[in-house]
Amino acid sequence: MSTLTLDPAGCPSGLAPPSQSDAGDPAPFVRRVGKENRLALSVRGAKCGACLSRIEGAVAALPGVVSARLNLSSGKLDVSWTGEMPALRISEAITSIGYGVAPLDTNAGDAAHKKEEQSLLLAMGVAGFATANIMLLSVSIWGGHDEMGEATRQGLHAVSGIIALPTLIFSGRPFFSSAWNVLKRRRTNMDVPISLALILAFSVSVAETIRGGEHAYFDAACMLLFFLLIGRFLDARVRRRAYSAARDLAALASRTVTRISEVGTYTSVRSEDIRPGDRILLAPGERAVVDMIIETGESEVDESLVTGESLPRFSAPGMSLMAGSINLSQPLVGKATAASSDSLLSDIGRMLEAGEQKRSTYRRIADRAVSLYVPLVHSTALLTFLGWWLSGLGLRESILIAVSTLIITCPCALALAAPVVQVVAAGRLFRGGAYLKSGDALERIAACDHIIFDKTGTLTLGTPRLIADNLPERVVSQAAQLARASRHPLSRALTVAAGPGPVAAKVKEHPGLGLEGEVDGLSCRLGSAEWAGAEATGHIGATLFFARGSETPVELRFEDDIQTGAASTIAGLRKLGMGVEIVSGDRAEAVAEVARSLGVPQWTAAASPKEKVQRLEQLQAEGKHVLMVGDGLNDAGALALAHASAAPGGALDVSQSASDAVYSGGLGALPLLVRTARKARSVMLQNFGFAAAYNLVAVPVAILGHATPLVAAIAMSGSSLIVCLNALRLNIAAEKPA
Amino acid sequence: MSGLVFLIPIALAMGFAGLAAFIWSVRTGQFDDPDGAANRILISPDLPLSDNLD
Repeated sequence: MSTLTLDPAGCPSGLAPPSQSDAGDPAPFVRRVGKENRLALSVRGAKCGACLSRIEGAVAALPGVVSARLNLSSGKLDVSWTGEMPALRISEAITSIGYGVAPLDTNAGDAAHKKEEQSLLLAMGVAGFATANIMLLSVSIWGGHDEMGEATRQGLHAVSGIIALPTLIFSGRPFFSSAWNVLKRRRTNMDVPISLALILAFSVSVAETIRGGEHAYFDAACMLLFFLLIGRFLDARVRRRAYSAARDLAALASRTVTRISEVGTYTSVRSEDIRPGDRILLAPGERAVVDMIIETGESEVDESLVTGESLPRFSAPGMSLMAGSINLSQPLVGKATAASSDSLLSDIGRMLEAGEQKRSTYRRIADRAVSLYVPLVHSTALLTFLGWWLSGLGLRESILIAVSTLIITCPCALALAAPVVQVVAAGRLFRGGAYLKSGDALERIAACDHIIFDKTGTLTLGTPRLIADNLPERVVSQAAQLARASRHPLSRALTVAAGPGPVAAKVKEHPGLGLEGEVDGLSCRLGSAEWAGAEATGHIGATLFFARGSETPVELRFEDDIQTGAASTIAGLRKLGMGVEIVSGDRAEAVAEVARSLGVPQWTAAASPKEKVQRLEQLQAEGKHVLMVGDGLNDAGALALAHASAAPGGALDVSQSASDAVYSGGLGALPLLVRTARKARSVMLQNFGFAAAYNLVAVPVAILGHATPLVAAIAMSGSSLIVCLNALRLNIAAEKPA
Repeated sequence: MSGLVFLIPIALAMGFAGLAAFIWSVRTGQFDDPDGAANRILISPDLPLSDNLD
């Protein structure tokens, strides 16, 4: 039941290749405090205690490091060190053990969110303390009914009031200030009836205490505060998680770039400081942060995150390079054509914003319930007061009954109904390998009836694999000797298939063509059909040709493997009544092949990011609620626009930021995600239904004037307890084997 | 009933002690990283079994 896991699936193994080593030099982000250098990094992929000790251990082993502390909940690593060690060593130490890393701009507004969460936690603690102590006194008052002297009772009420007043002022602030803010704008929200009930209950109780009356509602007021703050705190916590995910998008944009000055010196600067016309060096393995035109150098560029095309593209002087592409083989020097804020990356950022704005028009079930609830409660309390007063009861008694109505109908169960379900569902999904990023994500996922998959990296592994069935082992091992010298994905795949071994002599890489070198004294070529002097064949996937001396070139075929469990996932989603579709930026043959083997009749290939968004809009116009699943930069716009979205844990930061949920450990998490979301929605609706039923019983009792403080205490805590227990049913359902 | 004069302040003082401990732990950031804290207790530095190896 605990979230304590030592080695969950999807944890980098420590030997895994660096997943995102393209963050650049974090040096511009180092702050100097006295003699110490400080740096904040966002670490991706750390999930368990083993990751924690491995990362902290690796950084602490570097020379001069004073402290390295990783926050496992937020992924933020704070490092401080003395001496001259360059900051790059730190990020290298982390990427070399298999975790993604990016410098964090500490100016970002996380502090405000953290402070809000902390002050809510403090307010909740204080309210809990006051509730417990006042309840102690109230129980003696109720227990000593008829026997207790009037003076003793008044004394106990007075002590309760003395505890309640500072609590109300301290813990009630979040409600009072929010209510005041909306009232100033002549609107209303849930905090208005809450504030009114709190203030009225307290004032009436003070008046009763002074008069020596029998009933005071200090305990009810504090308990109300306590329960409401629990709901508020849980909600703030869920929202802060969502915010820290958005902060990772900022971390992606705040990467560093190597700028070449007019006199030819190389300096590493923040990407924001790049102006159009600046000359930039793009080293092999580095990701372009701004759009640029290549001036010198020939290389191959991996644009899979930008276009979804799985094979690298040849780039030469005069060609343009889009932000987000990764340089594979040779260093490139180029001229920036746009500042980073105008680059493709920022275009996608703007698409995300547009999508998010559209999405924020979604109204949560809880908000809709509240907007019905508030006027109902207020008019009931007012009518109760008028009814009793006009029928001849004294002003004091009428007010007392109206206030007890207001207290007993105050939306404790309503305030807890949604946040508790969200927290329980998020915990269950976490154990199943999925993380939720926003509170209302569950509700939106539950409503989805159509799912769109990206292909590369989502349905497939995204890395080619050599089909070695009919190949002589000798060919593979000889070709691998050439391939070991290259970063091209196909060369990498060949190297993986061949295992460790020597590198050929005199290897030269000709971008766009292939490799040339000497194996066992014979000149060999590895590359395209034309390069190796062979005829192209009709293989659907990627191919390489290997020619040794004057022998006939051998064809090496590659395929992009489908993720394990993809077929059963799609079957599972179909069983849940969802339409399944593939929309990919890759070539038609590759998409058709995957769609055929997974049995998905509906697919679109060669779709640009804009076309993906258009397809979504078209489906939405048909009245469908689409769940988008994708990992690339080219999916980010669609992810943000879809009714709900999910990204795999290995996806680019920007895609993870744009989606509502991130899953790791395979596609199997998706049916779980949809099932849990639907279950959570039904439990949430049950809770609201229960809250309504509770009011149907409690309101008549209160209106008739029978809601003593004892009845109010039992009714409020009882209903809150039932709502929480009902939410926990989500967990019990999870324990049963599906 | 005169016992109440002692008992109520004692009960309140004990409650206050708990509240003070809670406020202290929130202020010193002990609730910032619940996941990390849960895991950190399992991490032990790889020290030699005995300090007196000589």
